[in-house]
Amino acid sequence: MPGQYDVAFIGGGPGGYNGAIRAAQLGLKTAVVEKTATLGGTCLNVGCIPSKALLHASARFEEAVRHFPAIGIRAELTLDLPAMMNHRAKTVEGLTKGIEFLFKKNKIDWIKGTGRIAGAGKVAVTLTAGGEDQLDAKSIVIATGSEVMKIPGVVIDERRIVSSTGALTLPGVPPRMIVIGGGYIGLEMGSVWRRLGSQVTVVEFLDRITPGMDAEVSKQFQRILTKQGMAFKLGMKVVGADVSSSGVKVKIEPAAGGAPETLEADVVLVSIGRKPHTAGLGLEAAGVAMDARGRIVTDGHYRTSAPGIFAIGDVIAGPMLAHKAEDEGMALAELLAGKAGHVNYDTIPGVVYTAPEVATVGKTEEELKAAGVEYRVGKFPFTANARAKTIADTDGFVKILADAKTDRVLGCHIIGPEAGNMIAEVALGMELGASAEDIARTCHAHPTLPEAVRQAAMGVDGRITQM
Amino acid sequence: MTEIRVPNMGESVTEATVAKWLKKVGDAVAADEPLVELETDKVAVEVNAPAAGVLTEIATGPGTAVKVGGLLGTISGSGGVVRPAPAAAAPAPAPRPAPAPAPAPVAAPAADRPLSPSVRRIVEETGISPSAIAPTGPGGRITKGDALAALEARAASPATPAVAAAPAPAAHGPRAADPREQRVPMTRLRKTIALRLKEAQNTAAQLTTFNEADMTTIMALRSEYKDAFEKRHGVRLGFMSFFVKACIAALKELPAVNAEIDGDDIVYKNHYDIGVAVATERGLVVPVVRDADHMSLAGLEKAINDFGLRARDGKLKLEELQGGTFTISNGGVYGSLMSTPILNTPQSGILGMHKIQERPMAIGGKVEIRPMMYLALSYDHRLVDGREAVLFLVRVKDFLENPSRLLLEV
Repeated sequence: MPGQYDVAFIGGGPGGYNGAIRAAQLGLKTAVVEKTATLGGTCLNVGCIPSKALLHASARFEEAVRHFPAIGIRAELTLDLPAMMNHRAKTVEGLTKGIEFLFKKNKIDWIKGTGRIAGAGKVAVTLTAGGEDQLDAKSIVIATGSEVMKIPGVVIDERRIVSSTGALTLPGVPPRMIVIGGGYIGLEMGSVWRRLGSQVTVVEFLDRITPGMDAEVSKQFQRILTKQGMAFKLGMKVVGADVSSSGVKVKIEPAAGGAPETLEADVVLVSIGRKPHTAGLGLEAAGVAMDARGRIVTDGHYRTSAPGIFAIGDVIAGPMLAHKAEDEGMALAELLAGKAGHVNYDTIPGVVYTAPEVATVGKTEEELKAAGVEYRVGKFPFTANARAKTIADTDGFVKILADAKTDRVLGCHIIGPEAGNMIAEVALGMELGASAEDIARTCHAHPTLPEAVRQAAMGVDGRITQM
Repeated sequence: MTEIRVPNMGESVTEATVAKWLKKVGDAVAADEPLVELETDKVAVEVNAPAAGVLTEIATGPGTAVKVGGLLGTISGSGGVVRPAPAAAAPAPAPRPAPAPAPAPVAAPAADRPLSPSVRRIVEETGISPSAIAPTGPGGRITKGDALAALEARAASPATPAVAAAPAPAAHGPRAADPREQRVPMTRLRKTIALRLKEAQNTAAQLTTFNEADMTTIMALRSEYKDAFEKRHGVRLGFMSFFVKACIAALKELPAVNAEIDGDDIVYKNHYDIGVAVATERGLVVPVVRDADHMSLAGLEKAINDFGLRARDGKLKLEELQGGTFTISNGGVYGSLMSTPILNTPQSGILGMHKIQERPMAIGGKVEIRPMMYLALSYDHRLVDGREAVLFLVRVKDFLENPSRLLLEV
């Protein structure tokens, strides 16, 4: 299989596989080196996809148990966790197989093994099946993604103390669970197990959850999660964890200093973030420069400091999101094919797939204040949205931030049902330079949830009609 | 339905600004009747009706930038029934700045450049033409911000006809409390003037040399033959023709002043096309008297007179403003005693004429009162040496003081 390639991607995650497909479409001879048994990377195998399968299933379970009686449905319900896990596994299997099929269709070579850079234009591969191989490639793309960030004194064994990967495959519902880190992943996986019956406590170092998110949304989010039964310990530092046969004792102390306390749980999830996966790639020898946070330094065209070597996705700067990596992979493929690939980093949406979902795109109110931008706010609660009422899901609101002078949409923050789907409308608008008025004047079907987006856009000009 | 389009305005002119509409929507117009005035970098151009009919649409209001071939408006009918235009036809004698005519429905914007809903609303409400909005959005889209900015710019520009036509408000008396200042966009002509002058200062090594001329002889000559000259030639004998003649005679002796720098070459010109600066309400224009060395005094006076009249009416043709070899500027008509004119690049010399003032002069050891004029020659020192510049001015002075030398060519 080895030979001369136009481009070789190291890593078959969203960045690598989408980039490879785009490169192949553009006529480049393309290879992807992937060491795990399936393509799709963290996202498909142990990230976005399996967690969404469990989030969907657990949300339906909670809905059935807690909300069906209110809409006139009564039934005896029991949880069949193995079947739910099977749903998760089938989902992942179907999608990873799908990428394999796309590789064949586009004539992309999947080299099964661990790749590392072995000099200019050369990728050495330790084959999964045994043996060594070497590829020659005009361009080498590092798309190796990220790995779980660890806490000193808290050893992940994926049984009692788990990472996001282990949290997807717990053998039973733990009676008590501690989630360390109040970011996207912790709140999603915490939600899954809380719905299925766990007593979940989230410990966060900062004094708020989902740092970086619009503060108003963050606050509302925490309020709703608390109402659902999740407990929060904010401004707390984890200093150690002791595993015993009966569970885990987690020692925490106030981040600002003070008396320590001990929490007990059956399972602890460590989800304080992720860090670039760059070890063992031979980057230093190849002359690829990194920044202080261990990320590969690239220019606007994803070139590293070493000629012929590029990097995309979680290993470079920017949000660690599958769709960001995907866009970078495709943009790079286009650039390598001599076209004008480009990623607009101002319009990359971010979604937390809890219930309600939280979705954001563009600037937060805090960012606009800090930048001294004059803005106007339009806000509309789902309690006033007809569709939200009919589906008995009225928590949350839509918030649109627009330039005070030009009315251009600068940011949108939604907490509510289907927020992740609704944000796409605003992202498209922002990509086209839309004003809040443009959204307000666009006909939205009634009764739908996106009408709340429209009403919020009207609110920027103080002319909400449905409240 | 006949479209009124921006005509070809001459070489190198691709853009113009709508200065004012001479007709309102609903007005009946005859074929070839002037409809709208455009201002280009160089001159004002009148666009005439391509056909008889009724002006049914004004597509581009005052202040709008238009390109050659761009749509200005439409005329409908063949001059038959003059349909009173719906709204705009209401007796509105005040010079309205051609606002939104009957709200031209923009509902179906050009298929190739659809407008976003907010921009469509602004266009319909204000009548601003989408082509007058500079797009900054992705893919050349007009954003709402662009439309608002264009509106702001339009509001800031004065109601063009009213202000431009009114004589400059006298600046006497205490200044009104408000508005304390007024911001108006530069006209194209003003922008061009600014650009050209600065360009001249940036390229040429400019300096000015002075002299003075005793105008006694010319004034005597003039008063003696004034009436006969006018009777014979149908034009008044002024000073300008003498200056043109004197300059040409001096240019022939000092060819560097009639030359220009082109890259690494010096181009000496054996033709004498003299630009005569004329001040107009719109700004300074410099029409060129071609082959002035072949013209008589009467011919020069006629040509300059004609330029002056047409410049005031904004009717100079573009080609009349291009390609002089030397320029004469007369600040004297406004009373200037001395000035340092700026070169009209790429020319290398410009003569400044000034006011004739009686001054005590020492003539033959005695003080005499003489009508004197200071002369200034600004020149490009890269090309013209100080000696040549001074000699040029001395020659001009000689010819003016002894006009018979012009006749004898000595």
